[in-house]
Amino acid sequence: MTIGLFVPCYIDQLYPRVARASWELLTGLGHTVESPEGQTCCGQPLANSGHAAQGEPCVTGFSQLFGQYDAVVGPSGSCVLHLKEHLEQRGDPLAHRIHELCEFLHDIARVERLEATFPHRVGLHQSCHGLRGLGLGRPSECQIPAFSKPARLLGMVGGLELVPLDRADECCGFGGTFSVQESDVSVAMGTDRLADHERHRAEFITSADMSCLMHLGGLASRAGSPVKVIHIAEILAGNAP
Amino acid sequence: MLPTTDSHPRAAHDFLQDPERSAWHDETLWMVRTKRDRMASRVPEWELLRETASQIKEHTLSQLSGYLEEFADRAEANGITVHWARDWEEHNRIVLGILQRHGAKRLVKSKSMLTEECHLNPCLAEHGIEVIDTDLGERIVQLEKGAPSHIVMPAIHLKRSEVGELFRRTMGTPEGLDDAQALTEAARQDLRKRYFAADAALTGINFAVAETGGFVVCTNEGNADMGAHLAPVHIACMGLEKIIPRQEHLGVFLRLLARSATGQPITSFSSHFLKPRPGQEMHVVIVDNGRSRQLARPDFRKSLACIRCAACFNTCPVYRRSGGFSYSYFIAGPIGSILAPNIDRKQHASLPFASTLCGSCSAVCPVKIDIHTQLLKWRQEIVAEGHTGWMKRLAMRAAAFVFRHPRVFRMAGWWARKFLPLANRIHLDPWTKTRDLPPPPNASFQEWYRRRGK
Repeated sequence: MTIGLFVPCYIDQLYPRVARASWELLTGLGHTVESPEGQTCCGQPLANSGHAAQGEPCVTGFSQLFGQYDAVVGPSGSCVLHLKEHLEQRGDPLAHRIHELCEFLHDIARVERLEATFPHRVGLHQSCHGLRGLGLGRPSECQIPAFSKPARLLGMVGGLELVPLDRADECCGFGGTFSVQESDVSVAMGTDRLADHERHRAEFITSADMSCLMHLGGLASRAGSPVKVIHIAEILAGNAP
Repeated sequence: MLPTTDSHPRAAHDFLQDPERSAWHDETLWMVRTKRDRMASRVPEWELLRETASQIKEHTLSQLSGYLEEFADRAEANGITVHWARDWEEHNRIVLGILQRHGAKRLVKSKSMLTEECHLNPCLAEHGIEVIDTDLGERIVQLEKGAPSHIVMPAIHLKRSEVGELFRRTMGTPEGLDDAQALTEAARQDLRKRYFAADAALTGINFAVAETGGFVVCTNEGNADMGAHLAPVHIACMGLEKIIPRQEHLGVFLRLLARSATGQPITSFSSHFLKPRPGQEMHVVIVDNGRSRQLARPDFRKSLACIRCAACFNTCPVYRRSGGFSYSYFIAGPIGSILAPNIDRKQHASLPFASTLCGSCSAVCPVKIDIHTQLLKWRQEIVAEGHTGWMKRLAMRAAAFVFRHPRVFRMAGWWARKFLPLANRIHLDPWTKTRDLPPPPNASFQEWYRRRGK
C-alpha cells in the first residue's frame, strides 16, 4: 500500500532521525512511503491551550495533504490522537486510516520479527496519549488483561532488556504547553519519572512519543544523568546510534 | 483566594519549595492509588461495575427531576421533611431556620463537603451556633482553623507529628504524640462528650434512593450514626445529583465507592436512614447551587455523576505534586477543576490548565466521567471568554499563523535551530531554565527528504 508518513513539526525540526527511522521501517516492509511536502503542525498545541478553533486549519491542511493515501503513519501517539479525534468529529474517513507507528506495525502490518538488535537495559515510558488515548496498551487503572503493543515490538529486538518500573505508566509531565505554563509541576513529574528509570538502572528510556522524551531527555541532560532517551522507531529500525 | 490565570502554577510553585514534603505527599497518595488498584483487581467484574454505575448515573441525570420528586414524595411519606434550596444561601437559611426553631446551640456535623461548598460553619457561628466537625480529618482541619485539602482525606496535607502538636495545643494531649492509634483515641474521647451535648446533628448524603425515600451515609468512624442517633434533630444535606433510582443500585455504588476512594472493600459503616425514630425530627435539604446549570451543558453534565470518591485526586500526578491548596476551588483535583468553572470561570481560570491531560483521572473514575476531555473543553470556553493572558493569546495567534504557512514554518524552524544552542546557554525561556533542548540537527527531515537520492 501507499503510506503517507506524517512527520510532526518538532520531529521534523529537532529529531529528523526519528522520521528517517520510521521511513526506513515502513519501506522495509515493502510499502511505498511518501512524506508529502507542506506539512507543519497538527494543531494540538493550539487545541490543548484552548485555541482549538485556530488549530482547525491545521487539521484541514492535514486532510488535504494526506487524504489520498491508503494509510497515514506518524511516529507520535499524541499528534496522531489529536488528528484522529478531530478528523472523526468532522466525519472525515481519514480518521480511520491514520495510525501511530507502533499501532501500524503491530495491528496492520502484523510484524512478528525484526532484524534489529539493541543490547541495552531499556525502560519503556508509556506515553499517556498513546496508552490511554490510542489504546496501545493496558493502562494500570484498568482491570483488563495486560498487553502493550510497544513492549511486544521491543520484545522482538535482539539483546534488548526491558526493565520494570515502580510506576508503570505515570505521566512524565510534558503535557505540551503545560511544560512551560506549569513548569514547576512539570519538572517535578519529569524528575520523578527519570529517577524511576535510574533506580532500575535503565540505560535508555524509549517511548512512542518523542515529546515526552524531549522533556525527559532535557531533564536528564541538565542533571548530568547517565540515562539517554531514544524513540522506539530508532530501536525497531535497528539504526540506533 | 488567588485570582487570575496563573493561580495554580503559582501556588504549586510554593508547594514544591519543600521537596521533601511534596515527595511525601506524592508517595502517600500514590500508596492510596496502589491500594485502590489492588482492591479493584480482586473484583473480576470491576469494569462491568464501572460501566453499570456510569449507565445508572447517565439514566438518572436524564430524568433527574422525576427521580427527585419521587424521592421527596417517599421521604415525606416516611416522615422526613424535605427542603429545596436554590443556592448555598438558601441552604444555610434553611439549616439555620431548623436549628433556631429548636433553639439549638450545638451542632455535630459529619460527612458533608456540601456544607463546605455552602460555607455553613461561618454562617452558623455568626448566629451563635457552635459546629463540631466529627470526621477525624475534618475535625483536625477545624482545630487547625484551616480548610480541607482533599475531599476524602481532608487533613492529608498534615503529617502525623503535626497533628500531635495540634492536639497538644488544642486538646492538651502529651507532647510528642506521634502514634495514629493514640491520636485517634484522643480525638475520640474529646468528641464523645460533644455528641451527648449536641442539640442537633447534620450529615451529608452519599446516596439518596428515589424508590424508598431513604438515604445512605458512608463513614469509617461511625460518627454520622453517633451524631444522628443521639440528637433530637437530624438534618441531612445533599446536592441534587446524589439521587439513585433504586435500592438495588446501592449494590453497584457501595462496591465501587470505598474501593475507589481508599482501597477498602467497603467503608466501616454504610448507614441507611429511612425515617425519623419516634420523637426525632429528620430533615433532608436538597441543594441545586449551580448544578442544574451544569446539567444543561451537554459537554459537562456528566460531571454530575461524581460520587466524590476522589480516586481522580489520588491518581492525578499534578494534584499529588501540587497539593490541594494549589486549587482555587474547595474541591481540588481533576474533578474540582471541571466543577469549578461552572461556578466562576474567571476566578478558576487556571484549573482546567492544571493537567497534562494524561487521562488517568478518566480511567480511574468509577462512574466513567470523561474528566480529561472536559478539562480540554473548559479550556476552550475559558479562552473564548477572554480569561487568559494577552501574552499567551498573542503567542498562540503567532503559532497559528506559522502553522498555516508551510514556507514560514520552514524558515522559522531553520532560525529556531540556529538559535537553539544559544537558548541552551542563556536559559531565558521557561523551558531551558530547567531543561536542555536537544542538540540541533544540521537538516530537518523535510530537507533530507527532498535531497535524498539526489
